[in-house]
Amino acid sequence: MLDVLYFAWVRERIGEPRETVETGATTVAGLVDELKAREERYALAFSDLSALRVAVDQELADFDAPLAGAREVAFFPPMTGG
Amino acid sequence: MRIRVQEEPFDPGAELDGFGAGADVGAVVSFTGMVRGDGGLSRMEIEHYPGMTEKAIAAIAGEAVARWNLADCLVIHRHGPMRPGERIMMVATASRHRASAFEAAEFLMDYLKSRAPFWKKEYGADGAEWVAARDEDEDALGRW
Repeated sequence: MLDVLYFAWVRERIGEPRETVETGATTVAGLVDELKAREERYALAFSDLSALRVAVDQELADFDAPLAGAREVAFFPPMTGG
Repeated sequence: MRIRVQEEPFDPGAELDGFGAGADVGAVVSFTGMVRGDGGLSRMEIEHYPGMTEKAIAAIAGEAVARWNLADCLVIHRHGPMRPGERIMMVATASRHRASAFEAAEFLMDYLKSRAPFWKKEYGADGAEWVAARDEDEDALGRW
């Protein structure tokens, strides 16, 4: 079981801030493919991965990062703090 | 090192009172970021990633302290609703000399902008829009 979190416009497109998913994916990219196959709103949110960033267990990661042992994955646009 | 992520406004004067007090400190630099009312902006909403935000800021501040040998370092960043003229965030650095205090403050600002999980949404005359990250902000990290 994996907690998947969404922020900013990714959250708005998907329509919820977090969910728990059962996944067989071994990488972030594999998880994205599973989510995209679910419903149109996911396909829309993940249509351009270059516009997205990902964190695995609250650390910035790449889309090819492994999910082994991960508890939490978050997807969001590039950050705009400061 | 003092790091706070909060919805409430803060008072930079009160925060800086006593900051960096010590015989080995020769310079205190502070920066305060404000909400600009550009283009009819009526309000702003800042979303963040509770948990990761605090960790990311602590890592950034920790690096600044180590790299510039800071005597102290302060980061306050707000989230939630804000209006033009309100303070969004502040950083302060204390060191032996001013060059390191200024540089460390710039480093903190550059990294907080692009590596701390905050997202700004602006509400203006034309509706609401998420602020897009700028290439210059990403490029600014290259100088460190």
